[in-house]
Amino acid sequence: MKTAKSSLLLLPLLGLALLAGCNKTEEPTKPAATSASYLEKIKARDKLIVGVFTDKPPFGFVNEAGRYVGFDTDIGRQFAKDLLGDENKVEFVAVEPASRIPFLQSDKVDLILANMTVTPERKEAVEFTNPNLKVAVQALVPQASSVKNLDDLATRTTIVTTGTTADIWLTKNHPDWKLLKFEKNSESLQALANGRGDAYAQDNLVLFSWAKQNPGYRVLTQTLGAEAPIAPAVKKGNIELRDWVNVELAKLGEEKFLLKLYDQYVRKELSDDTKPESVIVEGGKWQG
Amino acid sequence: MASSGLELLWVSLPQLGKGAAQTLSISFLSIAISTVGGVLYGVLRTLNSTWLNAILRVYLELFRAIPVLVWLYLLFFGLPIFFGLSIPSFWCAVLVLSLWGASEVGEVVRGALHSLPRGQREAGLSIGLDGPQLYGYVLLPQALKRMTPPTINVYTRIIKTSSLAVLIGVVDVIKVGQQIIERTYESVLIYGALFLFFFFICYPLSAASRVLERRWTQA
Repeated sequence: MKTAKSSLLLLPLLGLALLAGCNKTEEPTKPAATSASYLEKIKARDKLIVGVFTDKPPFGFVNEAGRYVGFDTDIGRQFAKDLLGDENKVEFVAVEPASRIPFLQSDKVDLILANMTVTPERKEAVEFTNPNLKVAVQALVPQASSVKNLDDLATRTTIVTTGTTADIWLTKNHPDWKLLKFEKNSESLQALANGRGDAYAQDNLVLFSWAKQNPGYRVLTQTLGAEAPIAPAVKKGNIELRDWVNVELAKLGEEKFLLKLYDQYVRKELSDDTKPESVIVEGGKWQG
Repeated sequence: MASSGLELLWVSLPQLGKGAAQTLSISFLSIAISTVGGVLYGVLRTLNSTWLNAILRVYLELFRAIPVLVWLYLLFFGLPIFFGLSIPSFWCAVLVLSLWGASEVGEVVRGALHSLPRGQREAGLSIGLDGPQLYGYVLLPQALKRMTPPTINVYTRIIKTSSLAVLIGVVDVIKVGQQIIERTYESVLIYGALFLFFFFICYPLSAASRVLERRWTQA
């Protein structure tokens, strides 16, 4: 059921990606012409449209008052303030992991600020700006588990959330491992708690946060793959907006703006000895 | 635990209400359009026009063979990419659910009309009724009995399928539930609330269908 649903998702995506690719080679001069006026287009509309997660604390979520907030979401508000003079001149669109790239390709949003890890495959499809976060994939196991290191997982069941970096990395690098996939982070965690799998592979920030709130779990120290940058993304070829975001991130870096957001949203989720620099990338100055 | 759960539900009511409004408005608009479109489809299919039948068959097969999820993706993301035509997510969901619903209701209507004894049509024509009168006074009222229960079944499927619109950015009641769950980890409580919501929307529909079915078979 789960796999059938996700392959359905991939089908049109694949088609769109292929055809979008065709378009681009046919008219190589067009992106430059359209992007020259892109910031003007946003100003004329007087609204920045940003795709964000609405169910992934602390990055993008809905607070008790029903307001879209979070580390990524608040960066979007700051962008609107600096571009249009008012942090409320932003329209947030709720995106899912699998719909982030189509939203950009179809011009439905200006910018995706939804915890998107930079990968070579995604670089082909979208234009990443400089990063705002860094992440590594690790694995969470119950405290009492006999699993000592990653190699032990080869013969066990590893839970992943569909479409995440962990899912893609494991499918590519350990196709022989037994994976159990769920659509939602909360479902995956629930499955681990219920013993339906032996370990849960996910972005380490998510795991640290869960492990802090729920005693009885430990995170394996080895990482699955290298530390990777997480960055905002704009449509492929939209160099003007990408460069604007990069300048903006550098400027916000001088104000230590991301550190403020880290203190507001992220710090309380992680263990006390976590260094902010191991999570956030201030000023966009790190390329992984 | 119980009191904090009730408290969470209470403070979440405005958000859940907004999501429920999205779910209900998409569902009931789609149901209304599906019904009108489906009756039209059913009637047109019984006119025995060869090329009209061919077109309607293609439409039916397209919506039977291609999942609703794929239609949502194609129309929402595909149209702007290939034709520069952008439909807002709410209306895209209504459009897809209506086209899908109309094909489902339409087949029910066609089947119901076909199942009427041929004599009904001939009798109507022989007393000088024209086309609209024949369908309006003779055929559709009789077909109504046979098509109501399966049509209501289609309605409940439209309501439940509307949750797929979350993939094109519609924040429906299930999505709101997930937003609350991911923040609070109260999955049992929230899914319990969603269960009751869908149950109390869909159950009266199927109950009504059962009552009508029983009444009509006795008559």
